[in-house]
Amino acid sequence: MSTAAPRTALTAPVRELGRAVLFLLTAFSRMRFGRRQFAEILRQVYFAGVRSLVIIVISGFFVGLVLTLQTYDTLTRFGAADAVSTVLALSLFRELGPVLAALLFAGRAGTSITAEIGLMRATEQLDALDLMAIDPMERIVQPRLLAGLIALPALVLIFNVTAIVGGVFFAVFLMGSDPITFWSNMQSSVELVRDFGGGLLKAVCFGFVAAWLAVWFGWSARPTSEGVALATTQTVIATAIAVLILDFILSAFML
Amino acid sequence: MKSSHQIELTAGIFLLLAIAALVFLALHATDRGVVSGDSYELTASFSNVGGLKPRASVSMGGVTIGMVESIDLDPETFEAEVTLLISSEYDNLPEDTSASILTSGILGDQYVGLEPGGSPEALADGDRILITSSAMVLEQLISRYMFNSEGEGEE
Amino acid sequence: MTESSTIAISLKDVTIRLGGRTILEDFNLEIPAGRVTAVMGPSGAGKTTVLRLATGQLRPDHGEVWIGDTRVDRLDGKSLGRLRRDIGVLLQNGALFTDLTSFDNVALPLREHTKLSESLIRRLVLMKLEMVGLRGAADLYPAELSGGMKRRIATARAMALDPKIVFYDEPFAGLDPISLGVSLRLIRDINGALGTTSVVITHDVREVARLADHACIIADRRIIATGTPDELAASEDPLVRQFMQGEPDGPVPFHYPARDLDEELLLQEADS
Repeated sequence: MSTAAPRTALTAPVRELGRAVLFLLTAFSRMRFGRRQFAEILRQVYFAGVRSLVIIVISGFFVGLVLTLQTYDTLTRFGAADAVSTVLALSLFRELGPVLAALLFAGRAGTSITAEIGLMRATEQLDALDLMAIDPMERIVQPRLLAGLIALPALVLIFNVTAIVGGVFFAVFLMGSDPITFWSNMQSSVELVRDFGGGLLKAVCFGFVAAWLAVWFGWSARPTSEGVALATTQTVIATAIAVLILDFILSAFML
Repeated sequence: MKSSHQIELTAGIFLLLAIAALVFLALHATDRGVVSGDSYELTASFSNVGGLKPRASVSMGGVTIGMVESIDLDPETFEAEVTLLISSEYDNLPEDTSASILTSGILGDQYVGLEPGGSPEALADGDRILITSSAMVLEQLISRYMFNSEGEGEE
Repeated sequence: MTESSTIAISLKDVTIRLGGRTILEDFNLEIPAGRVTAVMGPSGAGKTTVLRLATGQLRPDHGEVWIGDTRVDRLDGKSLGRLRRDIGVLLQNGALFTDLTSFDNVALPLREHTKLSESLIRRLVLMKLEMVGLRGAADLYPAELSGGMKRRIATARAMALDPKIVFYDEPFAGLDPISLGVSLRLIRDINGALGTTSVVITHDVREVARLADHACIIADRRIIATGTPDELAASEDPLVRQFMQGEPDGPVPFHYPARDLDEELLLQEADS
């Protein structure tokens, strides 16, 4: 028994991962597209995307503001305050935009997806679908997965715009930098494909992982109130870790 | 609870907003590689390119007209072979145009500055710029200055 | 042949284990077509397992499950889907979709499985809602309905495709006397008007007497009695008597199996 216990402690997370991957493969193997499916995806984009908009816009604005404030202060010491827009745009597009938006998305949309599916299981709604010969994978899981894939990149774009607005607000309106220099410095140092496109690719990957984990933890939650509560917490933790690890891997590949 | 109609409409507006953000960022915050439309190639040899990097800008009279495509070492002459990508808009550069590697400001990036000559013939795709001057390397500059001033002192 | 046509559902020598526990063993059950049959038994006896076997959600470790002339436990996913369109199930708390209105809940199976026009679906849904007396609640969400109303909407949803068989899983649990009366009448009406085979899974002995044509009691992993409710009430079998009369102690013990109380108390003292 003493040797079996540590072995299960090691294999349990691996088995959980295996089950999550199988779940994902099942969901994709039963993919079916129709008019109704698109309408459902759009509905889920509303729930995942539009409802995260407020937190994304507010956070984006203040992240842009504080990032500009900090770099402006440091760069002025070297007489390079003009480079503030470069620092802002590069750090936003390449790292902060996708990562912060993904973490906020996990907290706002991921948890509600997990809780929703967990409660559907607890209140036998998934059973009812199954008994009506409606595949819950097709009806519940797929639209949410695809909605995450669409909604997070959209949120990242909006996050980036509001963060730049925050940066402009601080540098141009409060510090009196020249707006033309601000924009031209940003333009000349940010590459469309490598920096901006790379950031968007990250957003797509993060959106997919966040939606997958949220759906999976909801799906596999024990159908009790503690089970759903635990699953919601797990969604946030697992998504945060997965996003940060994935961010490192993707960055390493892109550089 | 909103009706499904309103939900779909709001989701549609949300996606349009994201597309607007995409267009705005792509147009206003990024560099489309300086040369966005048609372009042609020129080459130039320098004995020393200093800190010049690919994608650095190429300008004439302070206006950016292209970018550095690649920098290679010629295996025979041991000179740096720089390939420049010039926007097709500027296809009438005189044949005797000269190229030099310059620095914008003290700490700024290095770029290639072109100086027009007086020839009526224009450079075409694949042509070579013959008159070049290398990057100024600070250490060389200082040592030359010190050497010269010592020489003057002896005279 | 006449024999098999009057039997809607049959389980033959079924054995099933779940989570290491044997739920049913050499279990035999026949449910007649076009009648109201009650499946009774104490909690945890495997009543819901019978439902899950009949709908193909669970497969027996041993034995056969038949619905009409179809062997359920051998069906693949697609044919199982086709079979389930002929079965309506009312789950314990209705299991309505909380993000859809009553109307959309009832319309869902129609939209999913038929190619009817939206106006025809509208008429069908309103008819089903009228049948359960809740046409006025068409635009309400499940959160705005009482427990009894939710179950009636769920009944309308289960009846949406006019199934041949309807299962009711604990339809009376937690209902007030008025809702209970409504539910009883509804089940009888559906059976009477449409000739639907109805299976009521319950432990409410009194309601069964008012409702069922036929009843059976599951206990101890098998059927311990079948017959009309009156026959069961008159049974001399001690287990059946305990269940029908609701006696706290009998063949089904009040105490969960445990060590002798005195012995355990003594042990505790010895420990301290």
